[in-house]
Amino acid sequence: MRGAFLYLIFAVSLGFGLSQPTVAEEIVAQFNQTRVSITTNFEGSQIVVYGAIKRDSPAPTNKKNHVIITLEGPSSPIVVRRKDRVMGIWANNAELGFERAPSFYAIMSTAPLAKVIDEATDRLYHITIPRAIRASTRNRDAEQTTEFTDALIRVRTSEGNYVQSEYGLRLLQDTLFQGQIDLPANITEGAYRVRIFITRDGQVIDSQFREIDVRRVGLERWFFNLAHEQPLIYGILALFLAIFFGWGASTLFRYIRP
Amino acid sequence: MQLFLPIAEVSVNAFLLLGIGGVVGFLSGMFGVGGGFLITPLLFFIGIPPAVAVATGANQVVASSVSGVLAQMRRRGVDFRMGLVLLLGGMMGSGLGIWVFALMTAAGQIDLFVQLAYVLFLGLVGLLMLQEAVRTMLRNRGGKAPIRRSHVHTWVHRLPLKIKFRISGLYISVLPPLVIGALVGFLSAVMGVGGGFIMVPAMIYLLGMPTKVVIGTSLFQIIFVTAFTTLMHAISSQSVDIMLAVLLILGGVIGAQFGAKVGLRLKAEQLRGLLAVLVLAVAIKIALDLLLTPDELYSVTKGIGL
Repeated sequence: MRGAFLYLIFAVSLGFGLSQPTVAEEIVAQFNQTRVSITTNFEGSQIVVYGAIKRDSPAPTNKKNHVIITLEGPSSPIVVRRKDRVMGIWANNAELGFERAPSFYAIMSTAPLAKVIDEATDRLYHITIPRAIRASTRNRDAEQTTEFTDALIRVRTSEGNYVQSEYGLRLLQDTLFQGQIDLPANITEGAYRVRIFITRDGQVIDSQFREIDVRRVGLERWFFNLAHEQPLIYGILALFLAIFFGWGASTLFRYIRP
Repeated sequence: MQLFLPIAEVSVNAFLLLGIGGVVGFLSGMFGVGGGFLITPLLFFIGIPPAVAVATGANQVVASSVSGVLAQMRRRGVDFRMGLVLLLGGMMGSGLGIWVFALMTAAGQIDLFVQLAYVLFLGLVGLLMLQEAVRTMLRNRGGKAPIRRSHVHTWVHRLPLKIKFRISGLYISVLPPLVIGALVGFLSAVMGVGGGFIMVPAMIYLLGMPTKVVIGTSLFQIIFVTAFTTLMHAISSQSVDIMLAVLLILGGVIGAQFGAKVGLRLKAEQLRGLLAVLVLAVAIKIALDLLLTPDELYSVTKGIGL
């Protein structure tokens, strides 16, 4: 939370300080939902972002504005492992830890990212997928870090958890934009951070950060809490159900069948 | 109907789970085994994380064993004293298995370890059963009835600490049942199986128990070992998914009743032959996964690794 706040101060000061101070441009945005409930029949969801760039004076006509929207799931430390043929069988052999990697990351922009932001901006805001991931600082082998980072992005992309869509956004009349991000069914709960950036010349001129709360509800919530807070009771419940159904089936079929 | 599983954190089709439970239940009812050795690999296959598949598989075996043992108790097919001795060994084995499971998970080798255990034990037991079933079938075709001796004395009968097992009609040392129990308990914890496919041949060929009490006694002790395993997994890794278990169990208990009916119409050696083929098929499938080059060499796991 404090990190986001610092970002905000930084972004605002950058927006006012580095871009032309005469043109104050501001993002106005609205989401279709700010709470996503994981229910028993959860099949994924969709976040729609509607927005506009509010201006005090007309936009400069010689430079093109771009918009980027990112949606980032909760991060956790992870391990990426590589299988190698060991004595004829494929077994996990090499591994690399990552200090943080978002469980979900979607990024959409109005043009290829290389055109929309420059390297320094990316380093500052961690916008592109490789920047959103942080490899363990224990590892000093740059080549290996690249190899495992690429693998991580490939695996999570094929699972639908990392999504990049250049041209996924359209900026109408340099003012209005709308984007939609599909959340897959296999989702981790937690606070999802949405970031909206307007850039010009590869630099951020305004940004906005919001949170979407993704939570298990109802039965899902109840089972999850019980499993983690009262594991013994949860285990006994699991056994009770197993014994009950086993006994029930045996008894039921005995009466059906003479 | 898609269902989000609270612990596995994946969304799967509820009817698919009922179907898997039903098919495995049918086969387990037909052959008189728990079916854990089929359920757990099938769960891996549909994308349930291995730790959840193993723990939930154990929970499912509790239900199918309870259902089976009640039927066996009605026909006096349970040797409780033998069951308790096996159980004592089973608890020790299961505790050790849980410990190894946690160790291997941390080292990132749990998948390999579980797969190797499957290939080794299913392959071995499948081959032994197939060989025995084929030999019986050939002999029956030859028309000669096999000579059965009720008491074969082996090295097992020379061990100390002998006690009487009245229902089995045995007077043997407690050490072999303890060791067999421990081995099965260990497998139950790391493979998510009941271990009936090892327990039953071991009781017949190593302990010399009469066939009519073998299945009931094996089921009796499997209930407790898998229940213990389920509890331990629930406490140590929170990997038991009740929602997943209930669907598998519902499909399973219904399938088992129909399987039992079909099983009654087949000859014993035919049943054993079919079961052997099934067991071998699972072993070969898993062996191929280990030997063929995978599509994706990299995998991602939560945690901090070594």
